[in-house]
Amino acid sequence: MKILIAVTEVAEVEDDFEIDGLAVAEQYLDYDLNEWDDYAIEAGVQLQEAGEDVEVVSVTIGPERSEETIRMGLAKGVDRAIRVWDDALEGEGQLGVETKADILAAVAEDEDPDLVLAGVQSNDDAFGATGVSLADEIGFEWAAVVNDLDLEPGGDVASVHRELEGGVEELTDVELPAVLTIQTGINEPRYASLRGIRQAQSKEIAPEDLADIGLDASVTESPITLTQLYEPETESDATVFEGSPDEEADQLADLLRDKGVVEG
Amino acid sequence: MSVLAIAEHRRGELRDVSFELATAGRELADATDGDLHLAVIGGEVGEFADRLDREGVDVVHTVDEGEEFNHDVYTQAVAALYDEVEPDVLLMPNSVNGLDYAPAVANRLSLPLVTDAIDIESDGVLSVTREKYGSKVETVVEVDADRAAVTVRPGEWPPAEGTNGADVREFDAEIDESAVRSTVTGFQEVGGGDVDITEAEVLVSVGRGIEEEENIALVEALADTLDATLSSSRPIVDNGWLPKNRQVGQSGKQVTPEVYIAIGISGAVQHVAGMKGAETIVAINTDPNAPIYDLADYGIVDDLFDVVPALIEAFGGEPPEV
Ligand SMILES: Cc1cc2nc3c(=O)[nH]c(=O)nc-3n(C[C@H](O)[C@H](O)[C@H](O)COP(=O)(O)OP(=O)(O)OC[C@H]3O[C@@H](n4cnc5c(N)ncnc54)[C@H](O)[C@@H]3O)c2cc1C
Repeated sequence: MKILIAVTEVAEVEDDFEIDGLAVAEQYLDYDLNEWDDYAIEAGVQLQEAGEDVEVVSVTIGPERSEETIRMGLAKGVDRAIRVWDDALEGEGQLGVETKADILAAVAEDEDPDLVLAGVQSNDDAFGATGVSLADEIGFEWAAVVNDLDLEPGGDVASVHRELEGGVEELTDVELPAVLTIQTGINEPRYASLRGIRQAQSKEIAPEDLADIGLDASVTESPITLTQLYEPETESDATVFEGSPDEEADQLADLLRDKGVVEG
Repeated sequence: MSVLAIAEHRRGELRDVSFELATAGRELADATDGDLHLAVIGGEVGEFADRLDREGVDVVHTVDEGEEFNHDVYTQAVAALYDEVEPDVLLMPNSVNGLDYAPAVANRLSLPLVTDAIDIESDGVLSVTREKYGSKVETVVEVDADRAAVTVRPGEWPPAEGTNGADVREFDAEIDESAVRSTVTGFQEVGGGDVDITEAEVLVSVGRGIEEEENIALVEALADTLDATLSSSRPIVDNGWLPKNRQVGQSGKQVTPEVYIAIGISGAVQHVAGMKGAETIVAINTDPNAPIYDLADYGIVDDLFDVVPALIEAFGGEPPEV
């Protein structure tokens, strides 16, 4: 059985930041593994550990910098990784859903996995659409926002829970091959062990450009253009208590007494 | 500009976002004197159609396929209806089920897709406002195409009201059953248990700012001091530090206490969905730009590890060592 995991590196914005044109200025960005993908990696590695002959491959669309993030997956048990990048993708800012789905589809067609796992969303752009677009593109079945997965390695139906709003879960059987988008909380992502980190150094990260996967620059064409990026006008009319922590706490304590939360 | 919007229902109830979509759709259609088509797929479609006939809705399409949501059915039905109606814009909810079919529909119809819209405008060119980096910035994207699909964030538009006398049309989507490869087998409620946070008058709520499981003791002590109930954001539950029945938010509980004290919680949209109805909101957060402050009535921009012990002491309690 082969499992392909879409892993992305996301940018997090520091508390104080400045905007430079249509982006947050680079010096205020920190890069990290997408939170949802960490759970997807764990789900894949658990399936690998539960069965014989299960290969787990990760695929990332990202520049060389993202290899650090990719290695985190390798250190946690991913067998090998593919990284797609191309000059044509450079400077695109935010890649459209279609572009990502086309690139991942080309890789999936080469790799021919039985199961694809992706995070529900990436926590920077939060489009939440890549996994399901990919599924439709490659003709796989799918399920979005999966927070429980029951699948025998080599089995042909995944029984999943989809986490709906308001504390209700939907129970669904999904025929393989399928794409599942993984919700946080489905498992407990492991920390990479020192041994894992060492082993990851010798695992393969195959760099591919668009031509390598049979695509050309036209895949980046999108009718969607970012035209503005700004800090939202603060709607805050909060009364902020000021002073030392003790002084701040005293003011809040007074408020809570006034509100009758606490007596005396 | 004509608009087709897809309603959502679950277990016999239309969900609020259906009526919000009608409002968003009407605004867009108005911009160019177009028609608003609303569609409902599955369940008691006749009854749903009656209820969806709100002001501004020109046509309600009913697709009588199945009882509950199934994405294979929805994807086919929406695509078929799209071909029939030929709208300029297709609106779907940015709900969990929306996330489960909207991208597939857009892909199938080769429509550009923008998700989680908080504002949509059109002066011939569609421009969609959405958030990035956990609400820290807003972006506007323009869609330079004749047709597009957009998913709409629940809770951003007021629900359409009134009745209208819309044209109700039955639509036979001719579902190909062999392409239905997923089966919904049931539903399960989660998060029962000892405490019902929806009943609490005062909630002390803890988020990822607490850093370590051991430190939960600190906010627990505050909750005890205030005779309040302890709740949390999602990561705390994901980490197994508190049980699921304590989670506030979209996928957790919706709460309406008199006082909600958010400690080390950023105020992500899915969290806010569960607590914005609180009467008084207090935030303790080191980041003055955290989106929780857009909602908060009172705030302390400082380190919770300094403020919370001081607060416990202010009421004569003794903070635990963390
Ligand atoms: C489909 C879906 C459903 C979801 N459902 C829910 C839901 O029901 N409920 C929910 O909560 N989330 C939900 N989420 C997750 C949500 O998107 C956020 O990831 C989550 O709410 C973030 O939790 P947080 O605010 O505790 O953590 P963070 O966003 O990491 O925020 C931590 C905050 O703590 C502050 N902080 C750090 N250190 C300190 C300190 N020492 N003192 C004071 N402040 C400090 C930081 O400034 C930051 O603002 C859902 C997501 C998806 C995709």
